[in-house]
Amino acid sequence: MSLGTFLVMRHELLLIAAALLVLMAEIFWNPDKRRYISLFSVILFGIITIVGFLPSPIGSLFGSMYVTSGTRLLMKNILNIGALLVFIQSVTWLKKEENSEKISEYFILLISTLVGMNFMISAGHFLMFYIGIELATIPIAALAAFDRFKNKSAEAGIKLILSSALSSGILLYGLSLIYGTTGTFYFNEVAALFDNDNLQILGFIFFFTGMAFKISIVPFHLWTADVYEGSPVNITSYLSVISKGAAVFILIIILFTVFPVIITTWQKTIYVTAILTMTIGNLFAIRQQNLKRFLAFSSISQAGYILLGFIGGNQLGMASVIYYILVYIFSNLGAFGVVIAISNATGKENMDDYNGLYHTNPKLSLIMTLALFSLAGIPPVAGFFGKFFLFTAAAQKGYYLLVLIAVLNTIISLYYYLLVVKAMFINKGETPIEKFRSDFPTRFALGICVAGIVVTGFASIIFEVIKNLSFGV
Amino acid sequence: MDILTLFVVIPVLTITGILFLKDTRHVRLVSAFGMGLQLLLAAVLVFLYLSARHAGNTAEMLFIKDYLWFKSLNIHYAVGVDGISVAMIALTSLVLFAGVFASWEVEYLRKEFFISLILLSSGVFGFFISIDLFTMFLFYELAVIPMYLLIGIWGTGPKEYSAMKLTLMLMGGSALLLVGLLGIYFNSSPDGNLLTFNILEISKVVIPLPAQRLFFPLTFVGFGVLGALFPFHTWSPDGHASAPTAVSMLHAGVLMKLGGYGAFRVAIFLMPEAASELSWIFIILTSISVIYGAFGAIAQKDLKYINAYSSVSHCGLVLFAVLMMNKTAMDGAILQMISHGLITALFFALIGMLYGRTHTRMINEMGGLMKVIPFLSVCYVIAGLASLGLPGLSGFVAEMTIFVGAFQHPELFYRIVTILAVSSIVITAVYILRVVAILLLGPTTNEHFEHFTDARWFEKISVVTLIGSVAAIGLAPFWLSTMIGTSLQPIVDRIIALNPF
Repeated sequence: MSLGTFLVMRHELLLIAAALLVLMAEIFWNPDKRRYISLFSVILFGIITIVGFLPSPIGSLFGSMYVTSGTRLLMKNILNIGALLVFIQSVTWLKKEENSEKISEYFILLISTLVGMNFMISAGHFLMFYIGIELATIPIAALAAFDRFKNKSAEAGIKLILSSALSSGILLYGLSLIYGTTGTFYFNEVAALFDNDNLQILGFIFFFTGMAFKISIVPFHLWTADVYEGSPVNITSYLSVISKGAAVFILIIILFTVFPVIITTWQKTIYVTAILTMTIGNLFAIRQQNLKRFLAFSSISQAGYILLGFIGGNQLGMASVIYYILVYIFSNLGAFGVVIAISNATGKENMDDYNGLYHTNPKLSLIMTLALFSLAGIPPVAGFFGKFFLFTAAAQKGYYLLVLIAVLNTIISLYYYLLVVKAMFINKGETPIEKFRSDFPTRFALGICVAGIVVTGFASIIFEVIKNLSFGV
Repeated sequence: MDILTLFVVIPVLTITGILFLKDTRHVRLVSAFGMGLQLLLAAVLVFLYLSARHAGNTAEMLFIKDYLWFKSLNIHYAVGVDGISVAMIALTSLVLFAGVFASWEVEYLRKEFFISLILLSSGVFGFFISIDLFTMFLFYELAVIPMYLLIGIWGTGPKEYSAMKLTLMLMGGSALLLVGLLGIYFNSSPDGNLLTFNILEISKVVIPLPAQRLFFPLTFVGFGVLGALFPFHTWSPDGHASAPTAVSMLHAGVLMKLGGYGAFRVAIFLMPEAASELSWIFIILTSISVIYGAFGAIAQKDLKYINAYSSVSHCGLVLFAVLMMNKTAMDGAILQMISHGLITALFFALIGMLYGRTHTRMINEMGGLMKVIPFLSVCYVIAGLASLGLPGLSGFVAEMTIFVGAFQHPELFYRIVTILAVSSIVITAVYILRVVAILLLGPTTNEHFEHFTDARWFEKISVVTLIGSVAAIGLAPFWLSTMIGTSLQPIVDRIIALNPF
């Protein structure tokens, strides 16, 4: 094994190096130079994101505990783009007085979670997968409690760590059953030894439940809204986009490669959970006033639509899931970006506060509208294409009823997305948010999101590339 | 760039132009210029189309352009027109042109108003030129969404409620439609060849009957919601009543026709066997639309509600005729779409102008307007007469053709419903004449009315454009009828070949 083979792990190695560099900057830079840490981290991460797209060797390491392939690299790159956006969006918030001491911690913790996600996505062995998932979760709990003087934030941290500990326990129990019946943890060996044994199916169900916690699929979603509301907005957006995306990615890989034998079982599971997730997420979102909670429930329902790409077990399904996550990153971060900008400028996070926003801040309102329309799947923005492909993937295998339920759910979601649009454009605010101008990082991040929302749909090449890298059962 | 794509490009360019205007006073000029250009382009298209047909080009669709978009799903951006879509495009540009002038005096957020209006129209144009189901669906939804803001921001009355109801119901329709279209797509190639969204290619294969039975109702109802199919019509009265003038015009005049056009071009054309099997259900529903809409109009006191219910009735007639599935009735259906589109747009324009003066739309609060504003009043009478089917105006030609065609159907059931539907003409006469009598004739009830000024120049442009078109179709229906008829022939041939009576 030469040193060159380690380059297979390029994404992870770069991230670890970045985390260490930020740490060293924190230690060795003078206090007055430390305010450049944000800039330094963002630039560093920007470089990593770009390097990620360079052609990379693929293969496996450590006796195929660690595997990369074109698909997995693509997934990592998509997560990198999202994380980069979150980084840029955080810069303004980190400038605040109370955060000045903790800037490097913020970036180190975020990068650590990303390392965890990358290892998770590259796992070829359940232990590697488990280590990845823990590394991806525990630092987030610390980040959720980042506003340490706010009770809600501390509560969010505790809730997140407790619920993920519980879900990890369930996940491990499922894995132990799988190990007990197959005698191995390697993905390819488990796949070969799996049959419709009851104990194995029980193991699978526990495994799926553990993952359902991470993706916040109903009925395992109860932690989501509280954690999203309590965490700082940047962390909420990271949780709802990057963490969820990573968990979706690895779940689809594992379902398609490790459990193809019991496809009929997990199709039924997904059928039921998809309907529940979409419907309940949507119905709860209707009544939310706090925009973070609102987007939390909306992101639950989005997870339900994403499950439609899983159900067919087809190549188109995987392609549409990956594509949708990409679209979802731009759309949701666009919506969160506006919430962050307004929260930074005024501290307001309620829907009523947005009344009459168009008259004072037309650009922010338009970006918000575009992002929400993309989440709702309205043409001509990218969300429409994303949803269309998800539905096509499910319809390809004949799940027309499920598709019908899903599209009717998009109507419910359109209702509450329009409520925000209505607040901004139609309602008259008594104390509207003053006109303000965001600083450069915020505008830059929003610009990327808007470009992503507009271009990702029309540029068919993106979908084709993803489709070619995807595979079916 | 091909001529059809220009129909989407010009609105987009107009919107871009408006965006960069500093002075909001120039917005309407730019809009009028853009939409005038669009009208001119439509005239050129009609001319080119007719001369191509004259030269002996018998292809089903002309000016076809096809660009591959999403290769793996075989999604294309494909455009092409036949006589029916050319007629619909001409209708849209007429109504839009008149609509821009009818909203000349919009003050509040003027820029945004015209942008939304033109964005909506680009969706409509895109829908009519598409021959690929994917792009068709994309444009269809694009046409619906700006409606929310148009009604919600610039509307009157319970505008937020109406806007939400309208948007959600129409999007609900498109939800059904999406499933229907996916069903068509996955059955578009029973031999295992490449699946396609292209209407012309799908029409060459026969979709398996079980699939048709499943997806025909979804597609038909999906389009039917927009075409005010009973019981999914309830968005229409509220939506029209709350919408600002130009939006009502465009919506009743053109958008509701998307429903009829789609039901005809997609649902019936691609799935004729299921259509013929299930037509009785929908014929009953559309007959209810026709009669219920007419009675609904009698009961209303608000001018816009009257006209909205009358639209339900007349658009129901379109779907009714389409379901008869013979050439005369379908010919009538297309004529009715055009004729009703123009007439109802004219009505809404006039109502908007009256409302701008009287500040009420309640008929019992008005009276004697003929003396103070003769121009608008005469126009209103003309619109009314056209709507109740006076010979010499477009309404007569359309309704006559529909009923003649519908009665041709040999089965008793169809003849009975035709007779029932014909009764709507009488009811239409009741509410139209009643309104004309109360509103225009009689003594002036309110002294404020004495100071009214008659139509201003922009209002005249708007109204005269529409009346001219209505009269043109009424006096010389044959060129339009021929244009539609020749394009209808292959469609009807296919339907009859698959459904021998």
